[in-house]
Amino acid sequence: MSRHVAAIEQEERLLARWLVAPALLFILVGSLVPIAATGWEALHGHDLRLPWLGRPFVGVANFVEAIQDPRFTSALLHTVTFAVVTVPLEIALGLALALIMHTAHRGRALIRLATLLPWAIPTVVAALVWRFMFDAQAGIVTALLRTLDVVGESFDWFVHPLAAWVPIGAADIWKTTPFVAILLLAGLQTIDPALHEAARMDGAGGVRRLVTITLPLLRPALVVAAAFRMLDALRMFDVAYVVTGGGPGTATEPLSLYAFIVLMQRLRFGYGSALSVTVFLLTFAFALMWVRALGRSLVGDRT
Amino acid sequence: MRRNPAGVAGAALLTMLLFPIYWMIASSVTPESRLFQSPPLVPSTLSLDHYRALFDERDFLIPIRNSLVVAAMTTIVVLPVATLCAYALARLRFRGRALLLALILAVSMFPQISIVPPLYLILRELRLLDTYPGLVLPYVTFSAPLAVWLLTGFFRQLSPELEEAAMLDGASRVRALWDVVLPLAAPGVATAAILTFLYCWNEFLFALSFMLGPDRYTVPVAVTLFRGRYQVPWGQVLAATVVATIPVALVVLAFQRRIVAGLSAGASKG
Repeated sequence: MSRHVAAIEQEERLLARWLVAPALLFILVGSLVPIAATGWEALHGHDLRLPWLGRPFVGVANFVEAIQDPRFTSALLHTVTFAVVTVPLEIALGLALALIMHTAHRGRALIRLATLLPWAIPTVVAALVWRFMFDAQAGIVTALLRTLDVVGESFDWFVHPLAAWVPIGAADIWKTTPFVAILLLAGLQTIDPALHEAARMDGAGGVRRLVTITLPLLRPALVVAAAFRMLDALRMFDVAYVVTGGGPGTATEPLSLYAFIVLMQRLRFGYGSALSVTVFLLTFAFALMWVRALGRSLVGDRT
Repeated sequence: MRRNPAGVAGAALLTMLLFPIYWMIASSVTPESRLFQSPPLVPSTLSLDHYRALFDERDFLIPIRNSLVVAAMTTIVVLPVATLCAYALARLRFRGRALLLALILAVSMFPQISIVPPLYLILRELRLLDTYPGLVLPYVTFSAPLAVWLLTGFFRQLSPELEEAAMLDGASRVRALWDVVLPLAAPGVATAAILTFLYCWNEFLFALSFMLGPDRYTVPVAVTLFRGRYQVPWGQVLAATVVATIPVALVVLAFQRRIVAGLSAGASKG
């Protein structure tokens, strides 16, 4: 009998290998091999516009160039600042939205629809609409602020190095807060309502219950949502490309966008690969840090 | 009429979520000449000029076709690959299972830009730049992890008893998977298909990097590169964004419960 079980287990192990093989193949060919290839390319001088120079090995010269390149350091700064500023806002707003979705008695279907639409809309569409709403002439946000005398007559968001971040942030927060809300809503639904009932009996108010019951129990969902959002914000490309194109000048250029410009416009593949690798390393470093700090709630009872 | 603060906050959030979509639609039917005067909240004149220009002058059907073809090809490849992998992850014991799960999650978090350079060089070498298969490869790689993650959670929720019964009756595991499990898993597979479609419809960076001519632009690329040399033809751009939103809105309307369940399953199991 036990030999029979062993044979079945053997067979299942073999079957499992066949079942996961196609997916594994795609992961290898589509991302693991390419990321290694990017790392290798980053160690070469490779300019597609100067093919006669070939592709000499240059060691870490591209990374040295990056450190000395002020456009790289400011792009790095932009990326990290953007992530650190927008993600907490998205988490806070997403929590508010999730709480409203969770407690609403009427209009649940409408709220769910209103939440899913921004999440599902293409990012470039969201970015274009917000770009339009902040337009100096046609933008309704600008017009509103002008009537309220918050901004001057000829104010233009897109010529100010700092103000240009506002439409980028607005578009990004609008687009991604719903995703956070959906994740947190799932977390809220796992909380036993009896806990709230008991606390209410004991006279705990809404805020008190939020702080002592909801937030601690929501911690795993918050940790996961923040991780997803941070990793996404650190590779941000679409919104910046569409809303400002990195401008004015390079004042709103994130790392992914600078790497893209070096690669696809200047065709400097060696240096562009080095920049791309730094985006990867940045997200990797964050992921490691996050797992080490909060690992248990991330992995949870998955296995 | 009772007014509670949560209700007011809810109404405010709802407005903030929906207003940009309303404004996009309202502006897309406003004549260009009125677009740049201080615009009224409710458009006074309806004009379909921008939409007409979009399809007559811009031939916007081309990017729509491209996006649909790429999304369909990707979905056709992703579903069987992801379903088989997810079933193994959910039901079978094998070495490297935890590692594979971690790998799949990690890949879905990869910054896209970090694999653009070698993919571009390889696709150029294989003459696959500017072709559908050239875009389908990265799309499969990036949407498969999501589908696997989602379907693994889904298979785990299915009771193993039915397939065990089938196997006791002499069916092989593959047979049981095909006859018993797949029909039950149809809703999960459908959700995976929806999310894969949305991913392909929305993806921008790969399409921008690998589709070089207007004949092969997908919808997001075409919409973005509308910007004229001197000024943005906002009326047409907004009409295009509305057109790009319509399929997404239909999918969301039809499958909203399923999408919410799928997204939260993927995350809470994480």
